Amino acid sequence: MSSTELNQNATEQYQLLLAAIARHRNDRGALIPILHEAQEIFGYLPLEVQRTISEELNIPLAEIFGVVSFYSQFSIYPKGKYRINVCMGTACYVKGSGDILDKFKERLSIDIGECTEDGRYSLDACRCIGACGLAPVVTVNDEVFGKLNADDVDGIIDRFEKLEDIK
Amino acid sequence: MSKTISEIHEIRAKKQKDLLIRTDPSAVPTKEGGRMHILVCGGTGCTSSNSLKIMEELEILIRTSGMQDDIKIVKTGCFGLCAKGPIVMLYPDHIMYTLVQPEDVNEIFDSHVKNGIPVKRLLAGEQKDGEITNALDSLDFFSRQMRIALRNCGAINPEDIDEYIARDGYLALEKVLTEMEPEDVIDEIKASGLRGRGGGGFPTGVKWNFAAAQQEHEKYVCCNADEGDPGAFMDRSVLEGDPHSVIEAMIIAGYAIGASQGYIYVRAEYPIAVERLDIAIRQAREYGLLGEDILGKGFNFNLELRLGAGAFVCGEETALMTSVEGKRGEPRPRPPFPAVKGLFGKPTILNNVETYANIPVIILGGAQWFSSIGTEKSKGTKVFAIGGKINNTGLVEIPMGTTLREIIFDIGGGIPNGKKFKAAQTGGPSGGCIPASELDTPIDYDSLIALGSMMGSGGLIVMDEDTCMVDLAKFFLEFTVDESCGKCPPCRIGVKRMLEIVTRITEGEGCPEDLELLEILARNIKAGALCGLGQTAPNPVLSTMKYFKDEYLAHVIDKKCPAGVCRSMLKFLIAQDTCKRCGICKKNCPANAISGDKNTPFSIDQDKCIKCGVCMEKCPFKSILKNA
Amino acid sequence: MNKVCVTIDGISLYVPENYTILQAAKEVNINIPTLCFLKDINEIGCCRMCLVEVKGAKSLQAACVYPVSDGMEVLTHTPKVMEARKVNLELILSNHNSRCQTCSRSWMDCELQALANKLSVETVRFEGEKKLLPLDIGPSIVRDPNKCILCRRCVSVCKNVQTVGVIDLVNRGFNTRVAPPFDMSLSDTPCVNCGQCINVCPVNALHEKSDIDRVWEAIYDPGKHVIAQTAPAVRAALGEAFEMPVGTLVTGKMVTALKMLGFDKVFDTDTGADLTIMEEGTELIDRIRSGGKLPLITSCSPGWIKFCEHNYPDMLDNLSTCKSPHQMFGAILKTYYAKKNNIDPADIVVVSVMPCTAKKYEAARPELKTEGMPDVDIVLTTRELSKMIYDIGIEFPELGDSDFDSPFGNASGAGVIFGSTGGVMEAALRTVSDLLTDRSADNIEYEEVRGLEDIKVAAIQIGDLKLRAAVAHGLGNARKLMEAIRAGEQFHFVEIMACPGGCVNGGGQPLQRSDFRNWTDYRVLRTKGLYREDRSSYIRKSHNNPSVKKIYKEFLGAAGGSKAHELLHTHYIPRDNYK
Repeated sequence: MSSTELNQNATEQYQLLLAAIARHRNDRGALIPILHEAQEIFGYLPLEVQRTISEELNIPLAEIFGVVSFYSQFSIYPKGKYRINVCMGTACYVKGSGDILDKFKERLSIDIGECTEDGRYSLDACRCIGACGLAPVVTVNDEVFGKLNADDVDGIIDRFEKLEDIK
Repeated sequence: MSKTISEIHEIRAKKQKDLLIRTDPSAVPTKEGGRMHILVCGGTGCTSSNSLKIMEELEILIRTSGMQDDIKIVKTGCFGLCAKGPIVMLYPDHIMYTLVQPEDVNEIFDSHVKNGIPVKRLLAGEQKDGEITNALDSLDFFSRQMRIALRNCGAINPEDIDEYIARDGYLALEKVLTEMEPEDVIDEIKASGLRGRGGGGFPTGVKWNFAAAQQEHEKYVCCNADEGDPGAFMDRSVLEGDPHSVIEAMIIAGYAIGASQGYIYVRAEYPIAVERLDIAIRQAREYGLLGEDILGKGFNFNLELRLGAGAFVCGEETALMTSVEGKRGEPRPRPPFPAVKGLFGKPTILNNVETYANIPVIILGGAQWFSSIGTEKSKGTKVFAIGGKINNTGLVEIPMGTTLREIIFDIGGGIPNGKKFKAAQTGGPSGGCIPASELDTPIDYDSLIALGSMMGSGGLIVMDEDTCMVDLAKFFLEFTVDESCGKCPPCRIGVKRMLEIVTRITEGEGCPEDLELLEILARNIKAGALCGLGQTAPNPVLSTMKYFKDEYLAHVIDKKCPAGVCRSMLKFLIAQDTCKRCGICKKNCPANAISGDKNTPFSIDQDKCIKCGVCMEKCPFKSILKNA
Repeated sequence: MNKVCVTIDGISLYVPENYTILQAAKEVNINIPTLCFLKDINEIGCCRMCLVEVKGAKSLQAACVYPVSDGMEVLTHTPKVMEARKVNLELILSNHNSRCQTCSRSWMDCELQALANKLSVETVRFEGEKKLLPLDIGPSIVRDPNKCILCRRCVSVCKNVQTVGVIDLVNRGFNTRVAPPFDMSLSDTPCVNCGQCINVCPVNALHEKSDIDRVWEAIYDPGKHVIAQTAPAVRAALGEAFEMPVGTLVTGKMVTALKMLGFDKVFDTDTGADLTIMEEGTELIDRIRSGGKLPLITSCSPGWIKFCEHNYPDMLDNLSTCKSPHQMFGAILKTYYAKKNNIDPADIVVVSVMPCTAKKYEAARPELKTEGMPDVDIVLTTRELSKMIYDIGIEFPELGDSDFDSPFGNASGAGVIFGSTGGVMEAALRTVSDLLTDRSADNIEYEEVRGLEDIKVAAIQIGDLKLRAAVAHGLGNARKLMEAIRAGEQFHFVEIMACPGGCVNGGGQPLQRSDFRNWTDYRVLRTKGLYREDRSSYIRKSHNNPSVKKIYKEFLGAAGGSKAHELLHTHYIPRDNYK
C-alpha cells in the first residue's frame, strides 16, 4: 500500500471507530463493547485508538489501558495474518497440547503472545474453546484443527506457507 | 409483529404438527413440515469437524433433485456425543449417523434419503451389528441420561423460535404472567430445590427472594454465560442448541424479582453461541416476548448481550458485574451481596445458563415433579462435560445421585486403550480429584464437597494411569496464576508461590518441607482470599495431596515421577536382555546421547539425554524403558 | 441512625448500623491492623490485613469494609486470624524490595515495616520470583514499582479524589502493577505533580524527586548567597516529622533550624503571598471595573495550573496572571533585594521550602525566569527539609525560636492563611474590601470561605458590589466547579487549590500513617495552627505589610503596573493530554 492509501485506510478505520462509539455511547458500561469493536476494526488497540476512546467517553486513558491489559483478548500489539491459538484447556492439556505449543514455538521461533517478524503468524495459548471432543485442538483464525499431535504442526504451517507462496 | 397469546398458541399447534415426525415415526407428515427431517449438528464440536460442509452438500443435492419441499435440513445444537461428531440424525427413521465426513454425503443421500436404505457403516456404535433402532433409546450414552436442561439440544433448530414454541416454549412464561404472582414464582422455584448450577450450589429461589425483597425501582437479572472452567462446555451447548430457554427463564426471573432489564454475559470465545443468542433475542423481540407489555400482560423486560474478553475471574459473580460495568473484572467483597447491591449498585440476581434452562420446565412440570428427581439436598439433574481419557467425550445429563462409575463407564464408555482409571477431576480449577476408591459415591453438591472437590459448572475430566497428579496440580495452579485478577495478595502472590513450589517438586528440586509450606499456603489462601476463585485455588493441590500423597513423596524423596510425566525426573534406560543392537535408537536420538554398536552394548548418556522419548517410540523391540 | 448490637472478642456494644467491623472494634479500643484501607479514599478490602472471623461466615472477612449487623459476633484474634494475617504479610514482603536500610521511607513511618513489627514477622518463608522494574523519575515525583505493594491508594486518590487518573492498575495476577498507560513516564502524562499519591503511599513506592544534595552543594559553596523562603503550610506540619503533636506551629524553630543548616538568609514566603494579594486584588478590581474576563481564578497552586492547562485550555484567560507567591518573591529577591544588597543575582540561590511537590515542576518552567535566571532555583518539600534537619542531628523540638531575617521580616496574617483552603480568598477579600471601599474594615474573618466543605460559595457585600466567590479544594472539586462555570454559573472570584484541604495537605508535607489518618483529620489540626498564627499577627492584611509597601514604593511602582507585570506575572500554555 502507498502511504496515501494507508492514510485513507486509517481515516476510514477512525470513522468506523467513531461510529461504534456513537452507537454505544449511551449504554451503561459501554467501554468493553467499544473496545471489542475497536479491536475488530484495527486488529489491535494501539495508543491512538485508546486515546480516541478516552477522549470520546471521558474515561482516563490509564483506566482504559488498565481494562485492556486486564483482559487477555485485548492486545496492544498487532496480531499475525494467521492467528494461531493452541487450546490449553484441561482436556487438550492431558492429551498433549503442551507439546504442540512447544512445537509451534520452535517452528516459528516466537513465544506466546508474539508475532513473527514478517507479520504472518502470531501464537497464543488459549483457554478451553469447548471442542473437547476433538482434543487437542488448535485454531488458526476461525479454522479448527482437531485431534492433533506435535508432528502435525509442520503440516499446518506448510499449508499456510503454500497459500502465501501462491499469492 | 407482536403476538397475542392466542397467536402464539396457533403457532405452537401448527409447528407441533410439522415436527411430529421427529417424535412419532408413524406421524403423518404435513405439507409445510415435509416428510423427512435431516438434523445436522451445528454445535462447536461438530462444526469444527466440518458439519457445515456436510449440511451445504446435502442442501445442494436436495435442491438439485427438487426435493426441498419434502426434505428439510435442520441445523441443531449439540447432541452431546462430541467424540463421534459430526453427527447427522434422520427423521422419521430415527437414524443417527456418526463421524460423518463430507465424502459420505452422496451415499447418505442416494441410499437413505432417496431409497430409504440406511448407510450401515455410519450408524452410531451399538446399532451397527444389530437391528436398526432408535439411537436415542438404544445407545447407552443416551438411554441412561435424563435430559431436562438439554431437552431441546439436538432436537430443534435453535435459530427458529417456532420450533422452540412447538416444544412448549414460552408456555411457562405465559403461565407465569397469566396465573402467578411474583411470589408464587419464587415459592415454586424454592420448593423445587433448584440450586445454582454454576459452582457454589446456592438455592436459586432463596437468591431470587432476597432480590425481590429489595425496595428498589431498578433491578437487574444477569446470566452468567462466561463458562470458563477448562473442559466444561455445557452452557455453550445450551446457548447454541436452545437459546430461547435461557431467554424465557430470564424474563420469568425479571417478573419474579421486579426487574425489567437483563444482561447475558457470554464468552467472546463462543461465536456460535453469541450469534444464536443474538438471533433468538431478535426473534423474541419480534414476537413481543421481550420488550414492552409482554404478551399483553403489562410486564416489560429487555435483554442485552455483553461479551467477555478473556478473563476467567469474570465467572465470579461480583467480577462479572464489575466487567459489565465496563471495568477490570475484579471481584468486590461481599456483603453487600448482589441481591442487595449488585450491577450498577442495584439489586441483581445472577444465575448461570444451565440453572436458567431448568426454570421453564420447573414452572410447567411443577416443583413437586422436579424435586422428585435427585438426592435429598440436590434436586434435579446435572449436565457434565466429560472429557480427558474417556471414550465418549461429550455432554451428558444425569439425575443427581448418579455414581461416577455410571457416568464414566456406562455412559462414557470407559477409558481408551485398556488403561486403568486413576482419578476424575471435577469443578475445574476450583475443584479437586476423586480417586478410584470413590467411584461409587453418588454425585451431588454435598458429596463432592465432602470428597474435597466440588460440582463447579460440571466439567469432568478423566485421568488414567499416565497422568501425574503433581503435574495436574501444577496445571491448575498455572491456570489460576494466569487468571488471578491480582487484587488480593493471597491469590496474587500466594498461588504464585504454590505454583513455584509445585514446579520445583516436578523438577526434582523439592524437599519434604515444601509439602508443609504448600499446606500452610493452601490453608491461608482458602481462609483469606477475597473471592471464591482465590479461596478455592488451592483445592487441586489439597485434593491431590489428600488422595495421592505417595506421588508427591515419590517426587520429593525418591526424585521419581511414578507416571513418567515429569521430564526432569525421567530416565530412559536400555534393557540389555531384549536389545537386539539394531541401532535404530541411536540413529533417531536428536541429542546424540546413545552409544553402542553391534559389539558394544547400547547405552544412554544421561547427561546428554533430553528425555524426548523418541528412542522409546522408535525401538521395534520395546527394549527402552522409562524410569526403570 | 439506628444502632445495632455487636459482640467483638466477647465485648458487646451498640454501634450505628452503618459502621464497619473496623469502626466497631475501635470503639472497644481494638486497633485491627490495616494496610490498603484509607478512610474516604480507598475502602475496597483488597489487602487482606484486617481479616477477622465473623461467626457464620465461611472464610475470614475484611473488617475495613464488612458492615456490622445486629447480633453479629466477631473475633479479631484467633489462631486462624493471626496465621492468615501473618502469611499474608509474608507474601506481600516476598514480592517487595525489602532493602529497608537504603530506603528513604525507613526513617519516616513505613506502614509495611510497622506491620511487620506488629505481627512479629521475623522470616519470610515463601520467597520466590520478585518483579524488577525500572524506576520512573519525573520532575517532581519518583515511582519505584519494586516497592509497590498494590494497595491502590494512589490509584484511588489520583483517579477518584483528584480526577487526574494518570496511574491505574495494569495487567493482572502476579503481573499486576500500578503504572501510567503504555508504560509512559509520569512526565509524559497529564500528571499535575500534586503528590497526593505520595501522601497516601504506605511505603516508598512514591516519593518526591530529592533536591537535598543540590541544596547542600549550594550551602557549601562559599561563593553563593543561599536564601531559604518558607511557605505558610510548612510551619504547621514540620514538627510532625519530629514527633511533635499534629498542628503544632513551629515557625520560630524552623527559622532557627534553617539558619543552623547554613542558609545565609531565611525569609517568609508570606511576603510573596502579600505581594500576590496586591497584584491579584488589583487584577480583580480591574477586571470587575473594566468588564474583563470573569471569574478571576487564583493561580497560586501549580498543580491546579497544570490541571487547568490540560483540562480547561479554553479557560486559561480566567486564570490570574499572577505568579505564585514564592515565584514572585524569588523574582523580587533576584532583582530588588540583590540590587539593594549589592549581590550579583547570579550568585543568589533561592531555595523554596514548600508543602508541595508541584512547585518543583513549577520552578523549572521556562516562563518563570527573570532575565534568563529562574526566579526560584531549588524547591524542597517539607519532608526534605525535615530530612536535612534530621541528617545533621539537630534536635528540632528542643530548638529556640528565631525571627525571619530582615529586610522582609514577618509578613501579614493574610499571607499565613494562604496555606489552607479558602485562605487566599479570605486574604484577597481583606484587601479588596479595603481598596474598593477605601476604608479599613474591622470584620476580617470570612467564615463562609473557611472549612473543608467540597465547594464553598459565598456572596459578599463590599460597598455596593455583591461579590460572588467560590472556593474549591482538591482537583475533583475543582473539576465540578469548573464545569459549573462552563455551564454558566456566575462568579467574580474563584479560589482553587489542587490539594484536598489546601497546602496544609500538600503533596510535600510530612506523612501520616493511615492508622492515624483513619481516625483523625489532620488537615483540621494543621489549619487551626495557621489561623492561630493569623489571629496573633500584628498585621493581618496584605496591603498593610510595611515591607510590601516599601517594595512598591522603592521598586515596583504601582500594583499592576508595568514593572510589577514584568516581574510578578506570567502566562499559561494549553497542553496535550498525552505526548
